[in-house]
Amino acid sequence: MLKITDLVKRYGGGDPVLKNLDLTIEGESVVSIIGSSGAGKSTLLRCINRLVEPTSGSIVLNGTELTALRGAKLREARRKIGMVFQGFNLVDRLTVMENVQSGRLGYISTWSAIMRRYPKEDIRRAYELMERVGIAHYANTRADQLSGGERQRVGVVRALMQQPDILLADEPTASLDPKTSEQIMGLLRDLAGELKLPVIINIHNVTEAKEYTDRIVGMRYGRIIFDDTPAQLDQDAMDRIYSGSPHADRAEQTVAAQ
Amino acid sequence: MSSIAEQFGREDWTRHTPKQKARRFGTFAACAAAIAWALTSIEVIWAWVWDSPEQMGDLFGRMYPPDPTNLGAILRVLLETVNIATIATAIAVIMSLPVAYIAAQNTTPNRATLWIGRLILVTSRSVNTIIWALLFVAIFGPGVLAGIVAIMFRSIGFIGKLLGEAIEEIDKRPVEALEATGASRFKVIAYAIVPQVMPTFWAVSILRWDINLRESTVLGLVGAGGIGIILQGAIDTFNWPEAATVLIAILVLVILGEIVSAFLRRRIL
Repeated sequence: MLKITDLVKRYGGGDPVLKNLDLTIEGESVVSIIGSSGAGKSTLLRCINRLVEPTSGSIVLNGTELTALRGAKLREARRKIGMVFQGFNLVDRLTVMENVQSGRLGYISTWSAIMRRYPKEDIRRAYELMERVGIAHYANTRADQLSGGERQRVGVVRALMQQPDILLADEPTASLDPKTSEQIMGLLRDLAGELKLPVIINIHNVTEAKEYTDRIVGMRYGRIIFDDTPAQLDQDAMDRIYSGSPHADRAEQTVAAQ
Repeated sequence: MSSIAEQFGREDWTRHTPKQKARRFGTFAACAAAIAWALTSIEVIWAWVWDSPEQMGDLFGRMYPPDPTNLGAILRVLLETVNIATIATAIAVIMSLPVAYIAAQNTTPNRATLWIGRLILVTSRSVNTIIWALLFVAIFGPGVLAGIVAIMFRSIGFIGKLLGEAIEEIDKRPVEALEATGASRFKVIAYAIVPQVMPTFWAVSILRWDINLRESTVLGLVGAGGIGIILQGAIDTFNWPEAATVLIAILVLVILGEIVSAFLRRRIL
């Protein structure tokens, strides 16, 4: 279970990007986070695995307080959090197998990592997952030879190799064409079910969010203003989430404060 | 409000304002003055310049035909020259890795290490190989060791600088992705940074070996080993035919080096 309480993130001295945000994700649900650009979706996701340092508040994953961790403890916690990125973030010059095995880097020794001597069970698991998503025949192909959809499948397998307790996906389909995008969303949903894994997906495509996820969280300028099943997301809610811009919101707040 | 055309007329247009023109003229004048001053400050004995074609012909006459009696010794020392270049390049490549790592802004642990890295690069690069060689001949005495260390010192700056720049230009997203998997700093370097700088690493190493091959041929002039010692000896004893043989040998070596490095570049990159 992931429990976020009173989370604040402020870059520099400006307005906070996340404002006293609370969010709880239980069990194996697939949750999508929607909201216009600049609403703080990416920041929220990156606060969970501490790629972004939260300013204050608490994030607890399965009983571990993540915000206080440092060094080796932080790396240990990160092993249990898989992440899928918008730009795939693969190492282009490495093969698909090396990219996939890099998800195990937190578990294997430095020497085995450098010599590319991966444990047998890791190789087996890699082949299983690659077969599951349909990229097994690319094991020895360099990552930059693959198409966008295939590259994102590598990204997903890399994250799943970590055997994570939770999977974060930061706009995983934003760089893909509509058809591939649906395939990846379907894959994420199915894998979440098969592996009993909670998944949080930042997404711009509301239609896909409604179709592929169990719960939709709507963010607007650092706050959660909608949190319900996809069926409850009506036009009114959509308008509230997407109307205006962070800039307009800021102006509104300034006016309200005066 | 009147338009610009109405204010200034429709037929007048100049690229520069009078003030800009004056400044440009001033800059040109200053450059010309600097060159004129440089010319007057160096003392050229013009008589020697005018009879230089004659001197050249004379020198060629004394060099021809090249004397191959010492060819065996020359080739042996030439091989030593290649070895100086190769050993020095190999060691410099390895030593420049940590320097590049701390001299790159995105990988250096902190401000202090960044400046240490840059200091090493600047020191190494601002001193010419021959000057390094003079220094190390004084320390280690004349011989191959001084030459190797001299070339090494100069190469660390060169390789470190270019490699450091390559590290600064890498795609940061894979680094972020691997940090997110909980990998240690060293593993992130090995998996996300090393593969990205590999092509630059090979290109720079080959280029530096190529340069070092040429530089090691002149090291002997200051007593730091290699073919230069024989050349110096030949010139000092006015043995021009042998000097010609040495020069031809160096030329052949440099051409061979060029071919080998071109071949390696094609194969590896």
